[in-house]
Amino acid sequence: MINPDSVGRTFEGADLLTVTQTEINAFAAVIGEEDTSVAPPTFSIRISLSQYESILTQPEIGVDWTRLVHGDQKFQIFRPIVAGDIFKCSATIETLRSVAGNEIISVRSDLHNGNELVVSSWSTLVVRG
Amino acid sequence: MIEVGDVIPARIFDVDRALLKAYADASGDQNPIHQSEEVAISVGLPNVIAHGMLTMALVGKFVTDWAGGSAKVKEFSARFIKPVIVPAGEKVDLTVGATVVEIEGNRIKLDLVATSGGVKVLGMAKAVVVK
Repeated sequence: MINPDSVGRTFEGADLLTVTQTEINAFAAVIGEEDTSVAPPTFSIRISLSQYESILTQPEIGVDWTRLVHGDQKFQIFRPIVAGDIFKCSATIETLRSVAGNEIISVRSDLHNGNELVVSSWSTLVVRG
Repeated sequence: MIEVGDVIPARIFDVDRALLKAYADASGDQNPIHQSEEVAISVGLPNVIAHGMLTMALVGKFVTDWAGGSAKVKEFSARFIKPVIVPAGEKVDLTVGATVVEIEGNRIKLDLVATSGGVKVLGMAKAVVVK
């Protein structure tokens, strides 16, 4: 059972994250994208998902990551990510509900470079009962 | 001239275990259900499945190729309704197509369809691009 007190909380990433050209190149190579001047549109999941994992598996929240499946995903991209972007990442647990023994978590991730919001994304994560 | 109702020709991406491993390394998502048959079956899956986000990344490639580059995508969303099942030693298809459903100035909204083995794997898949 996930701690319901976590709903509405926003967690700030502990560190600033710098996007490297190597990371963009590796991600682009998997999907056959040759233009690596900007990151592919789903690249930011690399940052958001690992932040969700570190937040949601904390004992006070208590998600079992091995039982997790991805329900849906949405990106709003204000400008493409480029190498050298330095992101402050904040993650917010928006809703939490139980359906048929599964726990369904809606989380939002905002990536800011300085004061500029670059990407917002929303994920529904399902913890299978 | 792009018009509402235009159909973008479908394209097939090959998906195999090597691609899943490459995506795991590039994305950092090392969940073993995408690499180990034993783990996948132990949690009730039929076999190793592709990362939903790999499917979405490939659909994204289809969109950006049509739109003229990664920088053109403003919104992108999908629901993961069925897994792409990837047995060892096999190449399975991810077949992607799209229809133009809305045009507002230079913003074009696409409805996307993605199937594997004839089974629809994404629901409510949409992208907004500028072109």
